[in-house]
Parts: sequence; structure tokens; C-alpha cells
Amino acid sequence: MNSTAEKYIRKEALPFIFCPGCGHGIVVNSFLRVIDKLGIGKNQMGLVSGIGCSSWSPVYLQFDCLHTLHGRALAQAEGLKAVNPDKTVVVFTGDGDCAGIGGNHLIHAAKRNVDITVIMMSNYIYGMTGGQRAPTTPYGAITKTSPLGNEEHPFDLFRLVTGAGATYYARASATHPIQLDKAIEEGMKHKGFSFIEVLSPCPTTAGRNIFSFKTPSEMYDWYESQVAVLKPGQTEAPDGKIGLGILYMNNERAELCSVQAEKKEVARNEN
Amino acid sequence: MRIKKLSDSGVKLMQGNEACAAGALAADCRFMAGYPITPATEIPEYLSSRMFAAGGVFMQMEDELASINAVIGASWGGARAMTATSGPGFTLMQEALGYAAVTETPLVVINVMRGGPATGQPTCTSQDAVMQARYGGHGDYEIIALAPSSVQEAFDFTVRAFNLADKYRVPVFVLSDETVGHTREKLLIPESVEIFDDEYQGVCREYFKPDENGVPPRIRFFQGHDVLVDGQLHDQRGIRAGTDPAVCAQAIRRYCGKILDHIDDISSVEKFFPEDAETLVIAYGSVSRSALSAVRRARDEGMKVGMLKLNTVWPVPEKEIRAACAGAKRVIVPEMNVGEYLREIQRIAGCDKVQGFSSIGGVFPAPKAIYEKIAEVT
Repeated sequence: MNSTAEKYIRKEALPFIFCPGCGHGIVVNSFLRVIDKLGIGKNQMGLVSGIGCSSWSPVYLQFDCLHTLHGRALAQAEGLKAVNPDKTVVVFTGDGDCAGIGGNHLIHAAKRNVDITVIMMSNYIYGMTGGQRAPTTPYGAITKTSPLGNEEHPFDLFRLVTGAGATYYARASATHPIQLDKAIEEGMKHKGFSFIEVLSPCPTTAGRNIFSFKTPSEMYDWYESQVAVLKPGQTEAPDGKIGLGILYMNNERAELCSVQAEKKEVARNEN
Repeated sequence: MRIKKLSDSGVKLMQGNEACAAGALAADCRFMAGYPITPATEIPEYLSSRMFAAGGVFMQMEDELASINAVIGASWGGARAMTATSGPGFTLMQEALGYAAVTETPLVVINVMRGGPATGQPTCTSQDAVMQARYGGHGDYEIIALAPSSVQEAFDFTVRAFNLADKYRVPVFVLSDETVGHTREKLLIPESVEIFDDEYQGVCREYFKPDENGVPPRIRFFQGHDVLVDGQLHDQRGIRAGTDPAVCAQAIRRYCGKILDHIDDISSVEKFFPEDAETLVIAYGSVSRSALSAVRRARDEGMKVGMLKLNTVWPVPEKEIRAACAGAKRVIVPEMNVGEYLREIQRIAGCDKVQGFSSIGGVFPAPKAIYEKIAEVT
């Protein structure tokens, strides 16, 4: 275990549930590097997650942690944050947890622009239940519940989440840890609803079902070939590749907890 | 318990829903999340500005799933937290209420009952969720439910609900109904209320280790405990143990036991004319007022009738019910459903002796109707 991880891991919760080659461990490592760099204190941060492989991430960290129900991480995070506006709240979630069963909470949390950082690990599939179609599964892709090819198109999460009102959107990939660190760091510094979509390969289910890869390393090579680091100001990568970087930031839209603080003042003075 | 002085004490004219909301503020509730639903909507309306004035936060959520989950988050965040709902909203909340039971999250839900099932009868009174309150979620766990019958009780029971939630680390339901919620009558806000004092000293690492009462300490986030809260069945450190039969069985028994072992502390009943009652009426909520009026009339006419009013319906005040039924030849259970709590009374006192008096379709049973039933069987 590296020294940063050593500092923050809840050892009695080990071993990790992640399969060999899973991208989620890379994301957890990146998150720990960032909070270590930012110097976020022990009692300054609450972690919240839903259900699914990625949602196990915060359970292994020595912080106050709510491992909630499927889809409900954001709703619990909003309550936690509302009564602790000075604390940092980070949500770990997956594409199914966040954009599937939790989709309504996602758009409304974005609409509120509540100061929560969301790290959504997207692997195109429902991994924990063994490889069923997710809201991010590509059109035509074979999964356990789309054996004839996915009849539905995936969400365009960038447009969905920013359209709903999020004020920070970054896309990162487990194959690019330096850019991943930056995406998380800037997201945590941003005051408002920060959404970080992380492409996190799932060799066990997506690798087998969707892509027919033989090994995790084959899958990582393919991911690398599909992504391109965006230049500042770009939101789309050339040649149809998946762009990595900070796609959107807006410091103008009012943040919910700040507005609630103002309302407390107004209401107190009126009474 | 600590004593909290109230600045707005005195006699008020208030609606039952408003009294629940006022009781919540008096009990130091500082977070409410809710979604508009008839006939509970006056509660979020009342709190939408007053909660901010009290230094708390009110949030109107996107649905009832979000509401109850936000309440869970706020509770771990250290606030006394609540939501208010009715029929369909209460149904949507059931998964999270099971989560709250298993994670031992204190919270209060005001359920202003309306006619069901489904959209049912949104504006009509009912006692549709008595069994649902207890058995609504999957799996075995116990909860606490109080049933106010008046505006005064709406206030008083809500204050008590918050104390019970913290004391037993459990979701507590105030099973109000449309009649109580929309009745406007006198409320005496007391000079002070008792607030359960549960400040935990030191650093806790075994978050779910029960004390001698079977209840774990009331710890909160951001106090150095690094709490791990998990909806999967877990050991005392919060570590998942979903495949460990011994740990899981022990956990489930404790979720039930910590409530069932304290029925005497939790239960509240009132007895009317218990000494010679041959016919006993058992009622709760708004129906108990109508029933009491009917019982008084029957007594005036010389009938040997008594009544047991249940202020708490879950856990079942079994000892009190058994004692009250022992001397009676027959027991009538008037309810605004097809006979939900009736089954509990029959379980305790026997089917031969106990009969229901069901009022459904949104009709509040008038004293006359209950009187006629009493007269018919007595």
C-alpha cells in the first residue's frame, strides 16, 4: 500500500471488492492524492455513495461515510450538506446508480447547483449484477439484457447535467491519472455542483460482454486509443474521440447553500 | 432530558398540520425535506420560512424518495430532521425507511393519512397506513408510531416523536390523519418542552455497539468518529456482514429487540371507565374522539361501556390491551380502514370477543354511528 493510501484507508474494511483490472481503484487513488494535496481535514469531509461496484469506494476510506441505497446517494448528500454547509461532501457513484435509478436526483441536484462534488465512474454496464445494460451502454452493444444489441441510445451526460444546471463538468479516464487528478481537484475546489465523469474500465463484465476483450491490458489499450486530452476551451475531441478535460465551468450561477444562508438571515430579521 | 424554554408559549388557534410543524420546531427540528401532497401540505408550507428563521433548512425535493433520503443525510449530519407526507408518498418512502431502521438513523415522518390504495381519496380522511407503518418495508425491523387525535396531541406527540427517535435511534411515525390535520382548535403551547439529551463524549469506533438498553450511541458526522453507515447488514464497526449468518441474525434481533424490550417506556394509553366495562371500545387517532363521545353517551344511558385510547400504536401496547380486554365481554375496534389494527387486538384478546367497526370511503365515523354499534352489541 502506498503511503498516501496508508494514511486514509479504513483497513478493517479491506479487501477491496474490485476485480483485477477494475478502473475504480485508480480513481480511489487519484481521489486520495487530491485530498492529501488539498489538505482536507478528517472532520471536514463526508463521503456518500449509492449501490454498485463504484459505490463501494468510500467505504474503504477512513472518513464519515454514508453508503446509501441504489440511486439515492445525491439525495442523502444534499441533506448532509444542507445542515453542514461548511463541510466538503463528495459523492461516489456509478453510471447506473447516478444516471439510471438516480437520474431524477441527478438533474435536480444539478438544478440546485448544490456545492457537492460527484465522481461518477462510468463503465458502460451494470457490473455488480453481472453485465446488464446501463444508461451509458453504447447503441447496439451486446450485454446480458441486450443480447440482440442495445435498442436504446446512451445518455449524453455532458449535455444532460450541464443543461440541468451543473456549474462544473469534467471528463476523465482511469487510463489518464494525471488528468484525472486535475479533474477531481478542480471539481473539489469549485463551489457549486461539480460533476466528474470518469471512464473506468470494467474488464470483468463490459470487457467480456460488450467488447470481447481477452485481458484487462487489452481493454486499457483500447480505452487509450479512444480518448483524447482536450485543449482549453474545447468540449469535443477531433476524430470522434472521447474528450478528456474540464468541459465546463460557470462561477456565475448562485450556489444553493449560499442562497439558503441568505434566506436564514432574511427570515431571522423578519421574525 | 434537558428542558427547553419556548418563546411562543400560550394559547393558540391552530390546525393539526400546523401544530405538528410547530411541535417539530419546538423539538429543535432543524431540517425538513418534503414534497407537496394532500392532505399534508400545510406542514412544509408552515416550515418553509420558519425553518430558516430558526437557523435550519427547508428543502422542497423532487419527490418523496429524495425527501426521506435527504432527511437521513441531515440526521447523520447532526440535525433533528423530518418529512411529512401521505398515502402514495409514504409508500414511496418505504425502502429508505427500512434503510433508516437498519442504519439506526433517528428521524420523524408525519403521515397525514388519506384514503388509499393508489391515488385513492386524496382529500378524504382515513387510517390507511397503520399496518404499512409497521410492515411497509421489506425485512424485519421495528419502528415506533404515535397516533394523535387532536391539535394538542399533534403538537405534543411530534415533540415526543423526536425524543423517541433519538433515544431509540429509530424512525418514528406520527400517524395523523386528514381529520386531525385539518381540524382547527385550541392549542396550548407549553412554557417548555423536554429534549432528549444524547451528547456522545469521546471518540466512537464501534458505531453500532449497543449500550445496556440495546441502543447504540447517538453519534453524528464530523465529530471525529469516521462513522461508516451501510444499508447492508453490518457488524458493530459498520463493516458489511451480509453473508455472515450469526452477525446478521444478531443485528436483526437487536433492531427488533431494542423497541420490543422497551414497550413499557414507549407505550402511552388512556383508560376511560375501566372499572366495570363489559363492552370495551379500543380506538386511536381522530376516531378515538368520536368513540369517546359515543362511550360517554352510552354510559349516561346506563350501559357498562369503557374505552382504551391508544396514543402509541407501534410497538403494540400489549400488556395494556390485554388487561383492558380481560374484564370485558366484548371489544369493539372502530377504525377508518377495513380492520387493520383489529387484527392486533384479536391476536391479543381472541377473535370471539373482538369485532371491528369499519368506516371506509372517506367517512369519519360520527359518535352516533359508534354509539349505535355499542348499543347493538351491549
